[in-house]
Amino acid sequence: MNRIKKLFQEKKDILSIYYTAGYPNLGDTVAIAEELERSGADLLEIGFPYSDPVADGPVIQASSKQALDNGMDLKLLFEQLKDLRKKVSIPVLLMGYVNPMLQFGVENFCKACAEVGVDGCIVPDLPMVEHEELYEPVFAKYGLSNIFLVTPQTSEERIRKIDNLSNGFIYLLSSSATTGKNLQVSDTTEAYFSRIASLKLQNPTMIGFGISSKETFDKACKYANGAIIGTAFVKSLSADDVQGSVKQFMKEFKP
Amino acid sequence: MNYFVNEKGYYGDFGGAYIPEMLYPNVEELRQNYLKIIEDESFQKEFHQLLKDYVGRPSPLYLAKRLSKKYNANIFLKREDLNHTGAHKINNTIGQILLAERLGKKRIIAETGAGQHGVATATVCALRGLECVVYMGEIDIQRQAPNVARMKMLGATVVSATSGSKTLKDATNEAMRDWINNPVDTHYIIGSVVGPHPYPDMVALFQSIISEETKKQLIEQTGNDQPDYVLACVGGGSNAMGMFYHFIDDEKVKLVAIEAAGKGVDSGFSAATTALGKEGVLHGSRSILMQTEDGQVVEPHSVSAGLDYPGIGPQHAHLFKTGRGKYVSITDDESLQAGLLLTQMEGIIPAIESAHALAYLEKMNFKGGENVVVCLSGRGDKDMDTYMKYFGL
Repeated sequence: MNRIKKLFQEKKDILSIYYTAGYPNLGDTVAIAEELERSGADLLEIGFPYSDPVADGPVIQASSKQALDNGMDLKLLFEQLKDLRKKVSIPVLLMGYVNPMLQFGVENFCKACAEVGVDGCIVPDLPMVEHEELYEPVFAKYGLSNIFLVTPQTSEERIRKIDNLSNGFIYLLSSSATTGKNLQVSDTTEAYFSRIASLKLQNPTMIGFGISSKETFDKACKYANGAIIGTAFVKSLSADDVQGSVKQFMKEFKP
Repeated sequence: MNYFVNEKGYYGDFGGAYIPEMLYPNVEELRQNYLKIIEDESFQKEFHQLLKDYVGRPSPLYLAKRLSKKYNANIFLKREDLNHTGAHKINNTIGQILLAERLGKKRIIAETGAGQHGVATATVCALRGLECVVYMGEIDIQRQAPNVARMKMLGATVVSATSGSKTLKDATNEAMRDWINNPVDTHYIIGSVVGPHPYPDMVALFQSIISEETKKQLIEQTGNDQPDYVLACVGGGSNAMGMFYHFIDDEKVKLVAIEAAGKGVDSGFSAATTALGKEGVLHGSRSILMQTEDGQVVEPHSVSAGLDYPGIGPQHAHLFKTGRGKYVSITDDESLQAGLLLTQMEGIIPAIESAHALAYLEKMNFKGGENVVVCLSGRGDKDMDTYMKYFGL
């Protein structure tokens, strides 16, 4: 069984951590993954950097720029991930923008993901219709999940469509925003999360954007199968003591 | 061959809407409504009234006699520089502000390179009493100070984009981020024929007034609405698309698009997208862009802030790939010299963007008697600092 499906069957309150490949130091990618698993993360999202990340706030954008300056690219990332599965057993997703993936070649990209043991992808600016018409068979051929985003403005019709196309989980954005804003659970967001819950989707859901502390994580878990932390984690990484800073950050969540 | 957008939002292999889900409702709202609104009689009436009484259209089609003699052809200049606010950009912002009002939007955002689009947006926001936020690269803010002052005087908030190359590309990223964070009440007035569908089509429609008028004016002045050549500069490509629009299906008319070669196409300081770029996705559409092998966008260079963009609109990419348009480039030096030449031969100081198009006349060989239209997209007031430094004035 696919690692993502297995995880959602076995666990509740799933903690997923996002970080940028090649940041803070070029060689940190796998070491961070190992330390995150050891410290209790359930799922990983490794970002491949892009020069023009419009959906990201300043913290993740800066980490992408640093990673690019460090020399990270997709070819190197797949090389670094060659031994990933000897060291890491939790599900791993790659997250990034469509242009680097297109330049690498979608088939090559999916094949490389499968070879290193990546379980799926999140490509926020890949249009659903394009995925459906062109890439879905390629993702399926290599057993990869493609994770789609849903925002408070996404219509029910579109959510249903996303649910039908998904085979992992659905990424619920806490608000319509770039990354790095704080989660405010107001009456409106509560109504939105409840509305999603009432749709009885086939896929599990994870809440992302704005999760920065145990408190916001616990709040999000009330409405979904788990939550994703990105900006707060990236901000906490120290280039001089990567392992230590990961451990320190994770203490709050998995004491 | 179909050179226009299809029902899926593509021009051949290019176009589409590569946007994160956060922008989907906004872009979808536009896609579903823009043609209905634009084609509505009351919209058309108000749009054309404003173009006439506020912008000062039709802009003249001027036969530049001394320039014509020099190049041995009839050189007509489509005088977009005479529009209110000094460039073609206002045609589009008038159209989009009326559209935004009809969509019930209360707040307008825009990106700007040279500042012409920013000024045009701030102007229409002042005209209609809407809040206006303009994103502009930090470097462009420095080199286009008079336009920054104009925008502020018009009541706009100018926000400095400090990421990346600190120019137009980064201002566009920041504006898109703002839109993502303010999805309900905000309309993003994109200033060129770039961005996700329907922007390239919508902006081209608003700018198509340029070629619509040119055809009528050519008949009056030459008895024939088919020129031999139409020339325009291309950054994202909105003045060029407006200048080409009504000639695109008339294959007798040769379309020439002039990009900014910067310090030279192979110098590492260039914005010549078709020469250096390859197919990819930037700012919401599939087009041609300057990028590394890994798909990272390369920072462009041009002396002219309005051409300092690493991509071109998807319709341009289609015209280039199909060979319908000829895409060439002109260096910083050549453009500045052409700007000076027009100034001294015709008494018109052109924007450095437009001077790129004029500079290409030097490289053409006319038999004599050909009719050539050059889109003089903007005036050079905003570029005086650059001209002064370059020529030591």
